[in-house]
Amino acid sequence: MPRAAALSRTLVRRLRTGDEIAYLATLTFANVILLIAALLVFELWTTSALSRQRFGWGFLTGSTWDPIAGNFGALPFIYGTVVTSAVALLIGVPLGVSAAIFLAELAPPRVSDGLTFVIELLAAVPSVIYGLLGVFLLVPLMRDPVQPFLRQTLGFLPWFQGPNFGVGYLAAGVVLAVMIVPLMTSISREALLAVPRDQREAALAVGATRWEATWKVVVPYARLGIFGSVFLALARAIGETMAVTMVIGNNPNISASLFAPGYSIAAVIANEFTEATEAIHIATLIQLGLVLFALTIIINALARLLILMTTRKGTAQQ
Amino acid sequence: MESMVRRFAAASVLVVLGCACSRSPQPIETKGGAPSGVILINGAGATFPYPIYAKWFDEFYKANPNLRINYQSIGSGGGIRQLQAGTVDFGATDSPMTEEQMKQARSPVLHFPTVLGAVVPVYNLPGVTDLNFTGEALANIFLGRIKKWNAPELAGANPGVKLPARDVIVVHRSDGSGTTFVWTDYLSKASPNWKNKVGAGNAVNWPVGLGAKGNEGVTGMVKQTPDSIGYVELVYAIQNHIPYGKVRNSTGTFVKASPASVTAAAEGAAANIPDDFRVSITNAPGEGAYPISSFTWLLVPEKIEDEAKRNAITAFLRWMLADGQKMAEPLGYAPLPQQVASKELELVSKIQ
Repeated sequence: MPRAAALSRTLVRRLRTGDEIAYLATLTFANVILLIAALLVFELWTTSALSRQRFGWGFLTGSTWDPIAGNFGALPFIYGTVVTSAVALLIGVPLGVSAAIFLAELAPPRVSDGLTFVIELLAAVPSVIYGLLGVFLLVPLMRDPVQPFLRQTLGFLPWFQGPNFGVGYLAAGVVLAVMIVPLMTSISREALLAVPRDQREAALAVGATRWEATWKVVVPYARLGIFGSVFLALARAIGETMAVTMVIGNNPNISASLFAPGYSIAAVIANEFTEATEAIHIATLIQLGLVLFALTIIINALARLLILMTTRKGTAQQ
Repeated sequence: MESMVRRFAAASVLVVLGCACSRSPQPIETKGGAPSGVILINGAGATFPYPIYAKWFDEFYKANPNLRINYQSIGSGGGIRQLQAGTVDFGATDSPMTEEQMKQARSPVLHFPTVLGAVVPVYNLPGVTDLNFTGEALANIFLGRIKKWNAPELAGANPGVKLPARDVIVVHRSDGSGTTFVWTDYLSKASPNWKNKVGAGNAVNWPVGLGAKGNEGVTGMVKQTPDSIGYVELVYAIQNHIPYGKVRNSTGTFVKASPASVTAAAEGAAANIPDDFRVSITNAPGEGAYPISSFTWLLVPEKIEDEAKRNAITAFLRWMLADGQKMAEPLGYAPLPQQVASKELELVSKIQ
């Protein structure tokens, strides 16, 4: 008893100094985040048990999705998720980053402020709105003239062949690109603005032009922030559901052509979960969620690795 | 001190864990929020009949202010799962429960057909507004065997119509759906090939085509894509002014879908309807019967412990089978034929 009393007395005394309270509070919140992630994996793992037992690792390589025969494979969905995200990044990164450079470094302040406001507004638009934009504006444009033009000019590449429906991987990738550009621009711009003034002034002082100072000094300095924006954009692209399902064509096929209809993991879960009545069907959809979780982690890890490798060759890095 | 903090952290983690993991089933709030004496019934399930159900529950509440029915249109699959788990008082579905699903329910489940719906083939063929389809032709289009609009199977059923030599673009539902069940159930009956290769279900492995979400998604995609064909609930085709074809029924007549021809299908099938009403009426006999018709069902447990709830549910079922049927047609649903409704009344008295 006296020991406990002594303990509680010391605890109270320590708590009186604010540091301890702040430490405990933030520690708890940090733990909660870990806990949520752990619970998520635990839940996905246990509720997909039926599917994991029946299909094993073959689930990842199977390419049939037949709810009636009870035959399920995840490959077309993994492929669709990766391809649409890759197309989105390929289009979105150059656009988003150059827009951020323009806004942060080159544009007159008044223009920059106005445009930034609009871009931040766009970053907050719900994805279903982008999906509607895709259905009513982008898909007809894709059907004619964009995809016929691509077929004529780049048709020798396997990506731009085959029948043209308007919907498909390319349409989904473009919608995703449109969605992630505001996000990337907004975050990259903040990173560029956070570069200390001395860096620019020093570059200019040694005779660099404005563009040289921007491209060779400011952008490399802000590189980590810019990469961070790309990660966030990638995460949004991988997990995007509504906008993708509205324009991807929802057909679980693997095709080299970007014109072909495809499917993504998030889209098939959203589409089939509500009406899935067989236990095995539900379990496979949950396992797809697990696959999506793993895919996100793997792609993020690869991207980080890529950064580590390129940062070695960095210029003005800390 | 260090260990103290750690212990604290561990304890806080445990507390959070405990909260998150506890799965003690919460009793359903039956009278929460409602004035005392009001009986609240919870139901969930099919989205297709939601407009008529919403109307019914509203009208029934106006006539019986002490009985309030709350319905969530979460989809047939969700409705069946919630009923099995006992979290709702009744479910609703567009395709009858399978034997396996019946076994998983806590108490035996009764199926009550409420109204009828039809699924129609919609198409976008510039310049063509009236087409006939045979069941085999529809199956072959959706199997990817008929690739061109001027294929002999289509031309044969449409004498005098100038069909283009362009590719057919197939559009189907991407989400699991009772509409898909009715459609594929019909194709399975019309074509042995379809039955062997694809089969019938809420979601199937489509051999060809583009998937669109919801009736509105398919309608939109067909409207937008020249030379396409899809399938939607009759209501959506009418509301969107999109042409839909006649389909040849089991007597060889090409019939256009309408509330009358759909009710006729139920009449034609009435003689063969089993006592538990778990029956598909696609390809029903009868000269005027539209072949791609289906019931939609309410799922009610055979044993309801709570007497007040039992009385409320049976009262609603009786009202729905009489007065309620008159509200079906203005909303685009086909009413039940008289003989089916009176047969259901006998089943209502079985609820204990």
